[in-house]
Amino acid sequence: MASENLTTSSYIQHHLTNLTFGKLPAGYERADGEVFKDSAWTLAHSGQEAADMGLMAINLDTMGWSLILGVVFFVVFRGVAKKATSGVPSGMQNFVELVVEFVQDNVKSMFPYKNPMLAPMALTILVWVFLMNCMDLIAIDLLPLIAQKFGEYVLGADPHHVFFKVVPSTDPNITLGMAFFVFILILFYSIREKGIGGFLGELCLHPFSSKNMAVQILFIPINFVLEFVNLIAKPVSLGLRLFGNMYAGEMIFILIALMYGAGLLIGTFGGALQIIWALFHILIISLQAFIFMVLTIVYISMSYDTGEEH
Amino acid sequence: MNFNLTFIGQMIAFGVFVYLVMRFIWPPILAAMEARQKAIEEGLSAADRAAQDLDLAKDKAAQKLRDAKAEAANIIDMANKRSSQIIDEAKEQAREEGERLIVLAESEIDQERNRARESLRRDVSAIALAGAEKILGSSIDAAKHSELLDKLAAEL
Repeated sequence: MASENLTTSSYIQHHLTNLTFGKLPAGYERADGEVFKDSAWTLAHSGQEAADMGLMAINLDTMGWSLILGVVFFVVFRGVAKKATSGVPSGMQNFVELVVEFVQDNVKSMFPYKNPMLAPMALTILVWVFLMNCMDLIAIDLLPLIAQKFGEYVLGADPHHVFFKVVPSTDPNITLGMAFFVFILILFYSIREKGIGGFLGELCLHPFSSKNMAVQILFIPINFVLEFVNLIAKPVSLGLRLFGNMYAGEMIFILIALMYGAGLLIGTFGGALQIIWALFHILIISLQAFIFMVLTIVYISMSYDTGEEH
Repeated sequence: MNFNLTFIGQMIAFGVFVYLVMRFIWPPILAAMEARQKAIEEGLSAADRAAQDLDLAKDKAAQKLRDAKAEAANIIDMANKRSSQIIDEAKEQAREEGERLIVLAESEIDQERNRARESLRRDVSAIALAGAEKILGSSIDAAKHSELLDKLAAEL
């Protein structure tokens, strides 16, 4: 455990709080009694402060790791792409081509239209989300501990104020951010392929329709409510599914980590559990990355689908 | 777990990475893969073509062999014919030569006989003269009796 005087609940709390940099309003009183005269940008010292920052804040840890992993993904794949040979591929190129081919097969089987952006996006999602999920397999206290020591001795911060969540996909901002990017694309392609009228028609004239004009007008609001919820549910479920799975997995790792502090016997048992859960988690990690990719392809494909029944 | 700017940040980051992948990663890798696919396809079709060519060449070779055999048989036939012809010609020539030699020899023999007869005729007259001289016991005037003797000789 990170610190000797941590209680169980504060340990969990600490692990679930992001390193948040944001704007605290004027007149805000911090936990240590410091009062801001003007609004100021600062690091949150507690979960409460992070929450009080509201929208004008950014989670440095998850955002940072997300960017680092994205860059890792880009550098590795770019390195291969630069040296890509049509002759006999070397080890790394084999692996990259395997992934690319897998993505392309999926896109081809689910998306019968032409779009130069979808396959690269699917590849980005698969690898990036997988890497983000993979951070869950690194020992739960390792990176936060390093960050804490770094913060304490290099930056001179209070170790209790250094929060560090290393798994970007356990941050709903990250998963929903990606999901809503997909949502914007869904709206964009829907309107581009069907026109505004077609898109609104899909929202309003479906699933209930009638030949009678008056009845049809009556149906429009009902249809709209149903279809609008349907539409909004896509990005929300896409983002929250990934978040929920990874958050739950992370939570179980935290709980298992708690057992290490409860004596030799339970600690050993916890170690065994940790290994079993990590093995099982490998499945979840890859599966969730795959699901995110597949659903993105399916949703975009649906937005292209003009459909005969409307 | 607060909803904040990270949401927007991740959206922008996602968009940027998608763009980067679309621009710098996807096309070269796919191009390499497609080029390899094409090369393999071409290799396979070249192998097919080579096999076809081989079959064709085999057929051609067999055909050539058949032609050559036929020609050889033809040549042998012709040679046989020619040889028998030559033999026939040679035989004919030999026969002609033989006949010619025979004719020559016969004429030579005739000539010889005539010459012998001539000389014999000449000798006979002399012998007859000498015999007659002996019988008559006197010489016969050659000039006186030459007319008689010539007549005798002509009768021989």
